[in-house]
Amino acid sequence: MIPPHSKKNFITHSRYICTVYMRKTERRNRQSRKQTNTPGKMTGKPIKKIAIFGGTHGNELTGVFLVKHWLQDGAEIQRTGLEVKPFITNPRAVKKCMRYIDCDLNRVFDLENLGKKISEDLPYEVRRAQEINHLFGPKDSKGSYDIIFDLHNTTSNMGCTLILEDSKNDFLIQMFHYIKTSLAPLPCYIYLIEHPSLKYATTRSIAKYPVGIEVGPQPQGVLRADILDQMRKMIKHALDFIHHFNEGKEFPPCTTEAYKIMEKVDFPRNENGEISAIIHPNLQMKPQSQLRGPHSGKTGGRKEPSPFTQMAAYLLWTCMCVEKAVCPCSAPHKAKYIILTSSPKAQDLLLSF
Amino acid sequence: MCSLPIPLEPLCRVAVTGGTHGNEMSGVYLARHWLRAPGELQRPSFSAVPVLANPAATAVCRRHIGRDLNRTFTNTFLTSKPTPDEPYEVTRARELNQLLGPKNSSQAFDFLLDLHNTTANMGTCFILNVTDIFAMHLCHRLQLQHSEPRPRVVVFKLSQEETFSIDSVAKHGMTIELGPQPQGVLQANLFSRMRSLVASTLDLIELFNQGTAFPAFEMEVYRFLSCTDFPHTEDGDLAGMVHPQLQDQDFEPLQPGAPIFQMFSGEDVLYEGDSTVYPVFINEAAYYEKNIAFMKTEKVTVSIPALPVLSPAPAH
Repeated sequence: MIPPHSKKNFITHSRYICTVYMRKTERRNRQSRKQTNTPGKMTGKPIKKIAIFGGTHGNELTGVFLVKHWLQDGAEIQRTGLEVKPFITNPRAVKKCMRYIDCDLNRVFDLENLGKKISEDLPYEVRRAQEINHLFGPKDSKGSYDIIFDLHNTTSNMGCTLILEDSKNDFLIQMFHYIKTSLAPLPCYIYLIEHPSLKYATTRSIAKYPVGIEVGPQPQGVLRADILDQMRKMIKHALDFIHHFNEGKEFPPCTTEAYKIMEKVDFPRNENGEISAIIHPNLQMKPQSQLRGPHSGKTGGRKEPSPFTQMAAYLLWTCMCVEKAVCPCSAPHKAKYIILTSSPKAQDLLLSF
Repeated sequence: MCSLPIPLEPLCRVAVTGGTHGNEMSGVYLARHWLRAPGELQRPSFSAVPVLANPAATAVCRRHIGRDLNRTFTNTFLTSKPTPDEPYEVTRARELNQLLGPKNSSQAFDFLLDLHNTTANMGTCFILNVTDIFAMHLCHRLQLQHSEPRPRVVVFKLSQEETFSIDSVAKHGMTIELGPQPQGVLQANLFSRMRSLVASTLDLIELFNQGTAFPAFEMEVYRFLSCTDFPHTEDGDLAGMVHPQLQDQDFEPLQPGAPIFQMFSGEDVLYEGDSTVYPVFINEAAYYEKNIAFMKTEKVTVSIPALPVLSPAPAH
């Protein structure tokens, strides 16, 4: 009855569960078409094949339910000239309402895992990644889908976040700028995960233009109507942008702020690997919707989180997925997690037991 | 019948259980901390014992392995014959019944305090059986002592045969439920608040043991009525969500005609009851598997008689 996640695995993998601290960076977009893979306005190839993935993590329910709804009734996501395919990427994890079965699907789309010989011994998610790569890839080939939107939730207070993997991708920066502008006054943040060692092999990375969509805070296993509405709007604006782009609309040069990953911060741990301190309450921001209830004296509209608070929000993003077990297919990243003990700010972050 | 509503002697055997659900982190981390450093749980006339109730579920950060431990303390399960393929929680419930019970016997622990979190916006909440007069006194005093946020008291009315939760193993017991907190996430403010509430509860037990008077009182409570299920398709899939107007409105009045669900197809479902109810556990993650969208309660005032005044207990 005891599942295969042994105590040893739990402790070992907990070290991998790190948290992030970020710094704001200005991003200037050049309209130059010197970049490869950037489709031309009129003469280049229009965008044609788009996929929308839900359930990459089976307990992040907004994407699961949006995709299931669109599989039944896809009218909302259709645009002239576009083929938009909704798809559940990790159906077994969705069925069990767990993040994953054997290992995190959103970490195994590297060429090594995608190229492994198929066998029953491979973790479920690696086998699934290979199937997805056949259907929507192959990764790095001409035949791969143009754009994949991968829908996620976070328990942390990150609001609407768009995840960018490449700071030189003008097309996506223009798209993100368009989405941000269209959503306003609802805040929308751009999170750039371009980093030599911290970037991970995402499900969406098999497309030419990978887009991560992350909306929170929402507990795992819970479906909130307000969060679903926000994610729905983000997809709507994204598809509108692509449609306008294909129709030849001009998008003049733009500048947009982004938050760039710098490094990750682990919790302090005791000799057993268990966490021995937690995020300081000053850093933990209450979700705004819950501040309207009877349980706090606070009122008022949504406050724009400072970068420091954003950092805190991301501190919590991956840190407590403690059901993760060691996955033999994970990228070899043990040495890459940096503990920020020298940073005074990091000291302030933590409240010891 | 060994579980009297009113204790006639000092309470000496007290347990505090965390991790009854392995992904409700305030209790998990408090229990782990106290197992290493139990000093905080000591009082002059007793020492409370910390227990990690569901270690297997805690290890994998899940609510349970086979079945909900906190629904397994029925007489049927506790007296059933062990079988090799029984759910982990049935075996564990029997172990806990041996350790802290046996339920309904004179050897059972005097008091059990069970620690929980909810993803629902319930703030600070105490959950107990309204027939447990001693625990009702504790809730009343805790409400007076802790005001930010003001604790609510949710009561069930269950006979001994009907009780199923871990706190029913002891002669007296109650649950502290704090939210909102996602499963698997540890928030410092709730952790501190839980720690402080446990300390206050033990202080009150000490006061009782020392002969303090606990006079009769009246208190407003939320009495459990029934559960409302999520709307489902014929295939058993979720067909709608908790309506944005109901989301996070735990303990606020729900009037007939108010929206409760927003269907994926767009229309609203309205509450069709006869009277105002007070919903709790709105959109609790753990209740999706039970198909429960929220629980309905009614607000009532209960009158609780005084506790007997003990002669002061000696220090142990």
